[in-house]
This record gives sequence, C-alpha cells and structure tokens, in this order.
Amino acid sequence: MCFRYIKYGTSVFLMFIIFTVICPPSSAGEKNIILATTTSTQDSGLSDVLIPLFEKKYGYFVKTIAIGSGQAIRMGMKGEADVLLIHSPEEEEKFVSEGFGINRRPIMYNDFVLVGPPSDPAKIIGTGSVVKAFRKIAESKSIFISRGDNSGTNIKERALWRQGGVKYEGERWYHESGLGMGQTLNIASEKRAYTLSDRATYITLKKRLDLTLLFEGDRLLLNPYHVIEVNPLRFPKVNKAGARAFSDFLSSKEAQSIIKVFGVDRFGQPLFFPAAPKKQKGLER
Amino acid sequence: MELILEGVLKAIKMLISLDREVLDITILSIKVSGIATAISVVIGVTTGTLIAINDFPGKKVALSLVNTAMGLPPVVVGLFVTIFLWRNGPFGFLGILYTPYAIIVAQAVIATPIVTGITVAAMQQLPKKLQLQILALGASRFQMAVILIKEAKLSLFAAVMAGFGGVISEIGASIMVGGNIKGYTRVLTTATVMETSKGNFDVAIALSIILFLLAYFINLILTYIQQKESGSR
Amino acid sequence: MVKDRPILEAKNLRIDRMGVTTLDIPSFKVGEGEILSIIGPNGAGKSTLLMAMCHLFRQFSGIISFKGKEVGRDISPSEYRRHIGLVFQEPLLFNTSVFENVASGLKFRRIDKRNIEKIVMGNLERFGLAPLRNRPARTLSGGEAQRVSLARAFAINPDILFLDEPFSSLDAPTKDNLIYDLEKVIKDSKVTTIFATHERDEALRLSERIVVINNGRMVQDGAPEEVMNYPCNEFVASFMGVETILSGVVLKEEGGILTVSVSGLNIEAVGEAPIDSKVILCIKPEGVFLYPVSIEAQSSARNNFMGEVTRIVSSGFYQKVYLNCGFPLVAYITNASAKSLGVKEGINIRASFKATSIHVIKV
Repeated sequence: MCFRYIKYGTSVFLMFIIFTVICPPSSAGEKNIILATTTSTQDSGLSDVLIPLFEKKYGYFVKTIAIGSGQAIRMGMKGEADVLLIHSPEEEEKFVSEGFGINRRPIMYNDFVLVGPPSDPAKIIGTGSVVKAFRKIAESKSIFISRGDNSGTNIKERALWRQGGVKYEGERWYHESGLGMGQTLNIASEKRAYTLSDRATYITLKKRLDLTLLFEGDRLLLNPYHVIEVNPLRFPKVNKAGARAFSDFLSSKEAQSIIKVFGVDRFGQPLFFPAAPKKQKGLER
Repeated sequence: MELILEGVLKAIKMLISLDREVLDITILSIKVSGIATAISVVIGVTTGTLIAINDFPGKKVALSLVNTAMGLPPVVVGLFVTIFLWRNGPFGFLGILYTPYAIIVAQAVIATPIVTGITVAAMQQLPKKLQLQILALGASRFQMAVILIKEAKLSLFAAVMAGFGGVISEIGASIMVGGNIKGYTRVLTTATVMETSKGNFDVAIALSIILFLLAYFINLILTYIQQKESGSR
Repeated sequence: MVKDRPILEAKNLRIDRMGVTTLDIPSFKVGEGEILSIIGPNGAGKSTLLMAMCHLFRQFSGIISFKGKEVGRDISPSEYRRHIGLVFQEPLLFNTSVFENVASGLKFRRIDKRNIEKIVMGNLERFGLAPLRNRPARTLSGGEAQRVSLARAFAINPDILFLDEPFSSLDAPTKDNLIYDLEKVIKDSKVTTIFATHERDEALRLSERIVVINNGRMVQDGAPEEVMNYPCNEFVASFMGVETILSGVVLKEEGGILTVSVSGLNIEAVGEAPIDSKVILCIKPEGVFLYPVSIEAQSSARNNFMGEVTRIVSSGFYQKVYLNCGFPLVAYITNASAKSLGVKEGINIRASFKATSIHVIKV
C-alpha cells in the first residue's frame, strides 16, 4: 500500500521536474533595455500602458526596475541601467553634468501635494506657501511620514524642510518609512499623519485612504519627469540604440497623447501632463 | 472590513475565472522555484550524502556552516547575487541580471543549504550499522551512497518540499535580482508586494491565496510523509 | 584447532580509542570450513573484533590476511569484502521487497538477472522465505526479517560468514527455530562461520570452537567441551556457567587428589598443584547432589557437607538452590526432587559432590 504511494509521489515529483526543465521561462531576445524608474510610474499604472506599446512598436524588451529616483540614478552611475525616467531635477542635472547621462529630455510633469488627516491638526489649510505649511507641521509636532528612500519625492521633501529652516532629522514627529509612495500613503493614512505625495499616486489610491488633500499649487511643488540616457561612451555595455529609441518614444506624439489622457477614465482627471516640446520632428532626428 | 470582503470576493472571482495575469505569475513562480529546487536537490543531496558518509577533518565545521547557511537571509543572497551579476560584476558577461535565470540562481543558492542540511540529518537518522552492512554486501562507496539515498527517500522528499516551500515564498532575493518586471520576472511574492503598494488589494489577496494554497499543499505532503515515516518505524 | 591453511588470519590487531585499548589480539587464525564462536560479555570487544576482521573499521592497526593475501596490500578491502557475508543483530533490511533485499548483494556484483532470480529463490527456499518473496521488508516480523538478512548474506555465497549477535533480539521459540535452520544451512554449505555472541548456549549449539574474549583480549580458545569443562580462569568459569567458584590453599596431594582448604573446610578435588599454592575450585551446579539431613551419606562422593538453603530460584524445569556450607555452593535439582526433599529457604540439607566434578585452576 505505502509503496504504491511512494512510487506515486516519486513519479509526480519527476514529472514536476521534467515539466519545469523542458519549459524554461520565456527568455527575452537580445534587444533588452533596462529602464530604471520611479515607483510612481509603476504604482500609477502608467508604465503598464506605455511600455507594452513601446515594446510592440520597436521590438525591444524593457526590463522595468521600479525604485526611487535616487536609486535609479545610482544604477545609472554604475552603468547598470540603460535609460532612466525619473523626477529629481537637481540630481538629474548633476548626473548629466558629471558625464553619466546624456540627452535629458522633459517628458511630463505633475505636482506634489501635501496630504494629511481630514482633521488637519497642524491647520495648514489655506496657508500661503508650502514652506509655511511645512513649518506649521513641525511646530505643531504633527506626525509626518517621509519616504526616506532618496526618491524624487523624498529629495523634494527634504529641500522643502531646509528652505523653511526646520530641523526635522531625528525629531520624534518625523518618521521615515523607507518604502514606495503607495505604501507610504497607506502608513500615513493609518497613522493619521501628513505626507508629501506626487499627485498621480495620491489620486490613484485616494479611494482607500483616509487622507485629504490639504495643500497644493505652490510653484515649488512642481514635479517634472525627465528621461535620461546613460552615457554609452562611459559605459560601453549600455544599450545605446535601445535607450535612444525609448527616449524618442516617450517624446513622441503618440506617447505624449497617452500621457495626456492617462487616468481620466478612472479618476476624471489626468495624473500627468505632457511636457515634451511640441516640435517632435526636429528632435527625433 | 468592507475592503477585505470586497477584496476577497474579487480575488475569488479572479481565481475562478483564471485571470490571465494571475495565472502567468503563478506559473512563472512555480517554474522558477521548481527549477531552483531541482538544481538545489542535485547539488544538495550530493553534498549532503558526501558529508554524511565520509569522515574527514573539519566535518563539524562543514556541518555547522551548512546549518548556518540553512537560515541564510534571502536579501543577503539577493544582494550578493546582484553584485556578482551586475554588467560590470564578475559574471556580468552572462547578462542574466533582471531575468528569471537570476531568480533561479538566487533561489538555488537559498535552497541548496536547506536540502544539504536535511540530507545530512536524514542520513544520520539511518542506523549507523547500515553503512557497514551495505559495504559488507560488497557495495562500492558509490553503490552505498545510492542505497542510502534510496533508504532516506522519504526524508529527502521532505527536503525537496522544504526547499521549494522556502524559495517560492521568498521575496527579498527575487525582487533584487529579478526586478519585478511585468510578465517576465514578476513572481507571486513580488507581485503581492507591488499590488499592495499600488492599492490593488483584490489582486494582492488573490495572489496571497494562491501562495497560501501552495504552502498548504506543500505542508500537506510533508505531514503525510512524516506520518508515513512514523507509522512504519 | 586450526587446519593447515587458515582462511583468515589476524596479526597484532589493535584498536586504541582515546587512549584506551579496546582491542588487542596478537594472533588469531581461522581454518577453512571452521565454525567458531567468539563469546564474551557485552562490551568485551566481540563486535569490534568482528568489524576489524571484516575490514570495516578504518582506525585499527594490524594485519588481516585472507587466504594468505594481506588485505590492503595484496587484495583491496573492497575486494576482500566481496568474499564475506555479515549479519548484525538488527536485520538492517532495505526498504524494498524481500526478493530485492536478498538480491542486493548480487546486484552490487552486477550479476545478470536470470542468475539473480535463480540464486535468490534458492536462498529464500533455504530459509523458508519463498512465500514472502514479494512482501515489503518493513512488514516482516523480527524472526522473518532476520531470516531475510541471513538469506541475503548467503546469496552471495560468501567464503566467510560473520554473525554479530544475530539472535539477540529474538524471542526464545523464534530463536530456536532459526538456530536449527541456520545450523543446517551452515553445515550444508560448509561455509567458514565466525559467530559473536554473549549467550553461552548459542555458542555451544552452533560451534566447534569457542574463543572467549574479555576487555578486548583473548582469554581462552578451544573446543566447546574444553572451554566448558576446563575454563582457564575464574572469568571464563563464571561466564561458562560454573556457579560455585571458591579460592583455597592446597594442603596436600595424594595420588592425583588434592586436599584444598576453603574457609577452614577441606575439599578434595582431582588435579595437580604444589602444596601451599593458591588454587581456584570450580564446581558446576549439575555436579552437586542434595539429600535430606536424616539420610547418612551413602554416595561415593568424597565431599559431603551440611548446609543451609539461603535462596531458591526456579527456572522452569529445574530449581537453582543456593546453600551456605561454610562456603557458598549452588546446586541444580529437578522440580520433582525439590518437592520430595521439601526444599525451602532456611532448612538444613546435606550436599555432596565428587572430586572429579571439580575443576582446579592454578592461580
């Protein structure tokens, strides 16, 4: 009796091994490009729309690594990525000026918003500027959840604290999640805390969050996304043609028009605004 | 509460309707972890048997190394595999970082010590005189190893299951070396984390249910084996 | 005892473990076709000696020669092991069918299938296992499993068969049947057999030569009657079932008969020893006869003593009676005579034994 079971078990296991060995996971062609991007493009679902289209049109296979802008830049600095789509202007400029990246082009923008509990304990509604609003949060010692992951959002947020002359590091009301935007919003919602979010992710998750948009519209909160190709002269292994194709695609009319309407069907408003210069033809060549 | 209920209901719908994406992710997970386990079984059972049947100086050190490696944190493995597979790393020429093969490598590294450790333990559970008996029957050392593996078959099957269970539910290494690329290196665990952060709780719950069912299935087999074992001795 | 050409010879066998010598056998020879028992208490080194002779221990010094060829020099250990069979106390069967178990040694030797079938079936018949051929080994009873283990060892037609306490885990009737069958198979096949046991009766039943070992050293080596009747020292005497062992001093010697003083009493025994020397007297319980006190000594026995019964142990067919005659004495009597004598603890009784039923060991 038990022998039959053992034999049965063994044969099931063998079949399992054979099945897994003769059906290796689908391998990509040689035309791979590694895209290092921010979590917001993935969490908002934009990359799921744009990338398949690009792959179909150009025949490349895109490996999207969704991490913070800071990490994406570091991958670029090691030549481990071919192209970056990120939102951290100051670092981007440094990255290009130090020769790691080339051909930085604006793709789209949205803005950051300051969200927090509906009761707004720090009373930031109606505050004149975002810097003031940040100062009020610090003064009232209301909990603030920071991404803490060197992402574009995180870098922007730290710049805002500095501009307001607020000491935030190590303060008891200042928490670092170390996670992506989506999860940071979840935490802020649970802890009835404030946080800085990009508009796209906030709108995407809004339905499930107990967070209200408390401050928006300051010029400082503008959030531009750029595409940068990693410098092929510096890193010979970089897929130069693929990176350029991707950059061209994002700047193309087709991609730009997709960005323009992305999210309208679900949220009644777009999540990003196209930012590529209108005259495409001249740039593509 | 409403959210959970809604999520569970939608998840069940997805499972019943065999949602394409969920199905693909599940199949990829099973394939990747299955191959990784198969590799670890080949390496682990061989190494474990060699350690168990040979007396050599440093055997205790080797054993404690294996036992320590059994608890190797997946993120540590992920980190080192990433560093080794970087384009500019020592194995960069392979070009397999951010591919399923990288996940297979990392998971095999995680599972091999588990299989090795359980193999050694299984061999040591066999009667000590069994080796002498086999040699006295005229077996070569290789023939002896084959017989011992056959005798420890059930425990070794448990080792396989433990290895598979360990890697399919692992996330740290998979996300680091695979990159969670949609339709390519997105496995059950990495997808669950991502869908959670995206707020797609229904998909996350569906994936969790699959993961849970897989874990349950594995444990069911393990329990069954253990009872067979204890019933026969 | 050893015939002209030893099939197995051990020289200077020594095993030291953590500074303790667990085995020290200067020379040991086994003749072709011999059936010998290695007997000694648990922990005496029987198994160790067996394992060393099978060349299954790596840490031993000394030389094992098989048919004049030194193992490890003229013949490799693995090649040598293809000439031997080994059966342990535990059957150590593999987790397959009875048939496959018996076939395993043949498969290691890559013998072709048709021959395997023939040989295995022959050996299953020999041990009365034919009906069990397809049974999973793990479902066998202890006795059946041990039979399979023996059939497996015999299947490879060994030149030397090593048996390491093969009956120790079996109950008495199972053991009796198995010894009966095994004895026939051994005698039929004329295989050289080396049998380690701590049971004197098993050794006496199976073997034509008995080697007594203790603390890793050989104490006595001889035919069963010799070891039984003429133990060379106190240890062998007590191990071979001599119940009464007394030490005394020789007072006089006359016509081959010694008068020995034991605790102030004189005992007469056949033997040779110088006057005033110390000796050990071995009195087997079956040589001691008991009479009621009222009956005057009428036997021809030279030694007659009065004693008090201190303890009675019943062993089924007979009773073991412990006496105090000024020295301790043990006698076996049948249940019937125990009844007619009215033996019980505390009564006085008369004991007598012949000078010839005493074995004298010089110290």
